Amino acid sequence: MSEKPQTTFKGTNAQARQLQEVIAKYRHVQGGLMPILQEAQGIYGYLPIEVQTMIADGLDISLSEVYGVATFYSQFSLTPKGEHRISVCLGTACYVKGADKILEAVEKKLGIKSGECTADGLFSIDSCRCVGACGLAPVMLVDDDVYGKVTPDQVPNIIDSYLTKKGGAKKV
Amino acid sequence: MTLEQLNKIKTEYEDLIKVRKIVAAEGEKLAKKTGYRKQILVCGGTGCTSSGSKKVIETLNAELVKHGLEKEVLVVKTGCFGLCALGPIMIVYPEGAFYSQATPEGVVRIVEEHIKNGNIVTDLLYQETVHEDGSIISLSETNFYKKQLRIALRNCGVIDPENINEYIATDGYQALAKVLTSMSPDDVINELLASGIRGRGGAGFPTGRKWAFAKASEGDIKYVCCNADEGDPGAFMDRSILEGDPHAIIEAMAIAGYTIGAKQGYIYVRAEYPIAVQRLEIALAQAREAGLLGDNILGSDFCFDIEIRLGAGAFVCGEETALMTSIEGRRGEPRPRPPFPAVKGLFGKPTVLNNVETYSNIPQIIRKGAAWYSSMGTETSKGTKVFALGGKITNVGLVEIPMGTTLREIVEEIGGGIPNGKKFKAAQTGGPSGGCIPACHIDTPIDYEHLTALGSMMGSGGLIIMDEDTCMVDISKFYLNFTVDESCGKCTPCRIGTRRLLQFLEKITSGEGELSDLQKIEDLANHTKTSSLCALGQSAPNPVLSTIKYFKDEYIEHITDKHCPAGVCKSLTQFEIIPALCKGCTLCARNCPVDAISGKVKEPHVIDKSVCIKCGLCERNCKFGAVVKK
Repeated sequence: MSEKPQTTFKGTNAQARQLQEVIAKYRHVQGGLMPILQEAQGIYGYLPIEVQTMIADGLDISLSEVYGVATFYSQFSLTPKGEHRISVCLGTACYVKGADKILEAVEKKLGIKSGECTADGLFSIDSCRCVGACGLAPVMLVDDDVYGKVTPDQVPNIIDSYLTKKGGAKKV
Repeated sequence: MTLEQLNKIKTEYEDLIKVRKIVAAEGEKLAKKTGYRKQILVCGGTGCTSSGSKKVIETLNAELVKHGLEKEVLVVKTGCFGLCALGPIMIVYPEGAFYSQATPEGVVRIVEEHIKNGNIVTDLLYQETVHEDGSIISLSETNFYKKQLRIALRNCGVIDPENINEYIATDGYQALAKVLTSMSPDDVINELLASGIRGRGGAGFPTGRKWAFAKASEGDIKYVCCNADEGDPGAFMDRSILEGDPHAIIEAMAIAGYTIGAKQGYIYVRAEYPIAVQRLEIALAQAREAGLLGDNILGSDFCFDIEIRLGAGAFVCGEETALMTSIEGRRGEPRPRPPFPAVKGLFGKPTVLNNVETYSNIPQIIRKGAAWYSSMGTETSKGTKVFALGGKITNVGLVEIPMGTTLREIVEEIGGGIPNGKKFKAAQTGGPSGGCIPACHIDTPIDYEHLTALGSMMGSGGLIIMDEDTCMVDISKFYLNFTVDESCGKCTPCRIGTRRLLQFLEKITSGEGELSDLQKIEDLANHTKTSSLCALGQSAPNPVLSTIKYFKDEYIEHITDKHCPAGVCKSLTQFEIIPALCKGCTLCARNCPVDAISGKVKEPHVIDKSVCIKCGLCERNCKFGAVVKK
């Protein structure tokens, strides 16, 4: 996990209530911490230390245990992600077909590196290990949309299409 | 549910499925009997969904309603057909017309011309299924399917995975019924032992022995686990089975529960597989509703249920002890064995853990018998193996072949060869734990022993084909990057050994390598193999060792000539403009991000190598092939 300065936590009461419900649901389930973390990340978008503390308190376990699990798995993020999450598949099938050049093109277009988020919070880039769409290699995802057989030249247009789609409200 | 009820559903739905297996006149007669003049199967697997099959299904349903055909035509969303590169895939029965790369526009034509007027739209068919005289040939006769034998994938692309009745119609849950009514746990174990089935997760441990150990373990609580944490990047066999035939896994896990004396099962599945998770959830709910999970299954005193647990992106959790630690809600770190999971597994209780593909074979072995299963395959490796064929190959997709099929048959016949007239260089099996098989061993029959002897391994089934443009040093660097990233850090040999190996490879690919490094790599690799705690570290050096074994010249060329023959390693590659071919169109100079190209209009241009960042944009943009990589 990167040790970037924590952004201010902006959790709402409604989110906290939702989290308490999730904790109550799994409190007595054997091995319930993982599903709680997964649902908590669904509620907040990421797992800041404040959320981890609530989970630790709710399960009556130490914060270090929660932190240990949250930092072990690559899907859990301790920093916020962009409004649009770009992920470039770097599985073998995609790599052999030039996925590294796709990642480079995305990084160049947004001016950030993989694992980072743009300053306006619109986009974040991650690489992922195989989404299982190897027939379409190389593959990139923006949120839940899968783009197959991507070439580096297509990358700027793909990203721009999200700016026009939802950017309007953002620019205010 | 009772056995009688199970059989009633089977009879009721049987014809519907049969239409999808026999074509021509007989199928037509049968189709009339089912009440549906035609059935349209559309692939709803991840590959085809990614290429737009959802939209195809929506259009299809709308068009059928428009023409008033929705009552006589049945639309079925199936699992993976295998030919992922040609998706979205759509097949119309009883004709067996196979439409590939279907589009909403194409569907409009297909409904109007084919479904309504009875004329197959030949130009939209997969061209391999069209005979020279215009007649269509069955899919099973095309090169891609001809040599395949579908056991684990038998229902993928055939049934609707979200409808339990269709599974029951294909003899689903009959194996469980047989076990509960007429077999003792020892009978089941003996059947599996006699069948010769071995674990499909990669290591190839005999499944019957695994179950026998767990049965023999003392304990009032035991568990059955399914490893669906398909971590090999480039492999999607397990995902396709879960998406296409989820009930087969549920049935097999229940059989395992009965055999070892467990009441609870867990399926640990990658969170990156949303469609598979959703289909599993539906299947579990339907099985519970039908009384095929829960208390007193099929009127017996056997009780069993299954929970899904999601992974969270850790490759090491494919290792059995790490997987169980993760289900327990902890950091997914492996632990030493023994004790083996069969003695002390999940939550400290005796546990059986098998991979998805292993489970998918089991109901059929129980139903058809050990002799049927062991008649397929080689001396030591029985049955079939599913491979996710990918990389530089024409027919990317999912293939299932009898053990003993040669690599050549897979690459040249099933896979349709290497695209763009390139040469086959190597095949990689076993992912980050496996190795590369060079072209000179292309006639090797595929089974556990042969692959291990070549320094690779069966692995879970990733099969990546590489051509002359793939750099073998770069590929082993790619895999090591992966294992360094995914090493959990618990044991030193893996945590530091893999990182040091990667540093050697980085040194070589950046042109700083020395010949003595090769020996150091081999020594370090062997130490890492022998002293790591779990299979991740024990197998992580395999990609390096096997490429050094078969492609040593390529390593040496990187080191002594500072040259990457495949032109992949950036530091060792240079771009040049051939003056005789350059027309001076200035396109390359305008596109160069660092202004490294100069020259006057209509005169040959030159690349300043000290400025060039080797992005390759000039080579891709040049319309005259004047920019070359050296």
